Amino acid sequence: MKPLRKALRILIAALQEIFDESAYARFLRRRQIDSSASAYAAFCREREAVVSRRARCC
Amino acid sequence: MNRSLAVLLWVAISVVGASAIGMVAIHRGEPINALWLVAAATCCYAFGYRFYSKFIAAKILCLDPRRATPAERLENGRDFLVTNKWVVFGHHFAAIAGPGPLVGPVLAAQFGYLPGTLWILVGAVFAGCVQDFVILLFSVRRDGKSLTEMAKEETGVLGGVVAYAAVIAILVILLAVVALVIVNALKDSPWGTFTIAMTIPIALLMGVYLRRIRPGKVLESSVLGFVLVLLAIWGGQWVSHTPSLARTFTLTAPALAVLLLIYAFAASAMPVWLLLAPRDYLSTFVKLGTIGLLAIGIVVMHPTLHMPALSRFVDGTGPIFAGKIFPFAFITIACGAISGFHSLISSGTTPKLIARETEIPMVGYGAMIAESAVAIMAVIAACVLQPGVYFAVNSPAGVVGQTAAAATASISNWGYPVTAAQMQALAQAVGEQTLFNRTGGAPAFALGMAHIFSQSLGGTTLMAVWYHFAVMFEALFILTVLDAGTRVARFMIQDALGHLYAPLGRTSWYPSILATSALIVASWGVFLWQGVKDPLGGINSLWPLFGIANQLLATVALCVATTIIIKSGRARYSPVTLVPLCWLVVVTFTASWHKIFDPDPRIGFLSQVRHLLAAPTNPISTRLILNNRLDALVTGALVAMVSLVLIESVRKWISVLTGRSEAIVSESAFVPTRLAEEQI
Repeated sequence: MKPLRKALRILIAALQEIFDESAYARFLRRRQIDSSASAYAAFCREREAVVSRRARCC
Repeated sequence: MNRSLAVLLWVAISVVGASAIGMVAIHRGEPINALWLVAAATCCYAFGYRFYSKFIAAKILCLDPRRATPAERLENGRDFLVTNKWVVFGHHFAAIAGPGPLVGPVLAAQFGYLPGTLWILVGAVFAGCVQDFVILLFSVRRDGKSLTEMAKEETGVLGGVVAYAAVIAILVILLAVVALVIVNALKDSPWGTFTIAMTIPIALLMGVYLRRIRPGKVLESSVLGFVLVLLAIWGGQWVSHTPSLARTFTLTAPALAVLLLIYAFAASAMPVWLLLAPRDYLSTFVKLGTIGLLAIGIVVMHPTLHMPALSRFVDGTGPIFAGKIFPFAFITIACGAISGFHSLISSGTTPKLIARETEIPMVGYGAMIAESAVAIMAVIAACVLQPGVYFAVNSPAGVVGQTAAAATASISNWGYPVTAAQMQALAQAVGEQTLFNRTGGAPAFALGMAHIFSQSLGGTTLMAVWYHFAVMFEALFILTVLDAGTRVARFMIQDALGHLYAPLGRTSWYPSILATSALIVASWGVFLWQGVKDPLGGINSLWPLFGIANQLLATVALCVATTIIIKSGRARYSPVTLVPLCWLVVVTFTASWHKIFDPDPRIGFLSQVRHLLAAPTNPISTRLILNNRLDALVTGALVAMVSLVLIESVRKWISVLTGRSEAIVSESAFVPTRLAEEQI
């Protein structure tokens, strides 16, 4: 049961990283603010440079 | 594991792998089961990962678990971040997996299932995985530097400039060719066009949901977007059966091309959060889910392959693209075997997330294995179709004839029987008016996938839904490649133009955004328009051009890797990258020669020009002449640029090996890691 739980935890962590949820959580921790529309807007502005230059492979 | 048990296990894997490869390679006459391909691939990958990647890690790269990576040394919580190896693996795989490994193998199936399968397995284990692995390590050892920066430092300024130009050229050709694939999949298909059109408001809605309603809940909004996309697929059926709506969404290839150009321009100039980011999330969600579902479908349903091991078109007379197995099978399948584009990802985001050097084989080599497995699934999806059906879908009208009767007669004469009634019944079953002349690979893949799924889930009653789900899945991430690629190319052009006139380099200055977006969209638009208007379907000339460009970028990446290995004093192990490099040089240069100079007008651009000039010219032939000359010029320019990098690299190798110059590699200094095992 324990390895299954660990695998599930890793899968969720991978999805959260791929979908930038972890990046948003780190942003909130770094700025020491709570999640809100304005906080997410600030995160999107900061993230824009990274996201918009991220190539998608063929 | 006990040593003798491990030996026994690897002996068993060898026996199963050898038997499966033998079955795949030797079997003739009767259809074979797809599980043989799955078994052959699994054993090859297991061997490659366990033994070859370990050999490279130990003997050439000397991975050091005590060395701090840039993710640890330069951690900033944004780009540089120590991340769990499985998370990095998922992130890297999501970035490298695109439409290429699905489309290329489907097109190459015109030779039969064997050439593509063998190239995917051998190419991935000995070339593609190696390239991704070594470039990732070399980037990690250089603070996450990009391929173009490494090329500049290790092979000289020329290497950097050529790598940069090659990336722009590949992006332009890639965008044109994937746009053409989507146009051919959606033309005269109200159901498909409606579904894809609906993904734009769905992505916008997701953007607003993320920004205003539930800030940051990306997975939640992706699930919501996915449900809405499924509803759009279901609704597409109703649209296709409602005459007034069906008329609205029945678009010709030129009309779709114009809409795509407008879409890409708008997406490139719009704020990222509104369209690009939500579409990217939705596309990734659908992509990962569907690939997983297809893998399960193939193993559970273990369908039979109807395509022969080798078709009659190994002689180079294929209807989908002209040319013999060598070199054309090897440039048609790039992603899935070796893709130069991966070197950009391996020297982009991924090296900034790696916690320890010892995790690099799993991410670099392992993720490429996963991509190669996707390519094997595409081979299976194409080859489960009856060969007659496969050729009827993929052959352009210019080759097989304009009418259903003419097309089926031509294809049946080749020895692959198919009837007009059979094609009509199949088109009806998937909710299309016709399935003839749907070149580009995506519709054939969608048919194969629908065939596999409909054997279990919902039976033939859901065949149409599965077909349109598969078309949506491919079109969705092709659109993501289009909008993300146009934007990335725009930034690259802005970076370059900024050296000439500083305001042009400002990525937030609107005149510059509009001008560079227009420039990049117009560049790939020229090739797209050429493909749309080409009587041979466009794929015949554009896909090989894309394959050549992509493999030439891999040549640049392997030049950089070989140079670093030689400079590090490990020249005796340089064949690990030198052999795939030589193979790629032979393949791409031969293919380029054929595409430019081959006397057959179906292969050589210049002989087609001569062929067209021999007849009285008209507006169509005048445009084709211009297109062929442009294609010849682009191919020649790419080969010339890569030749310069090759010459520069060989000079550097000789100079280092003969002791005429000092071997200095520009690695960052060794800093011991402070991470404990449990911190990662």
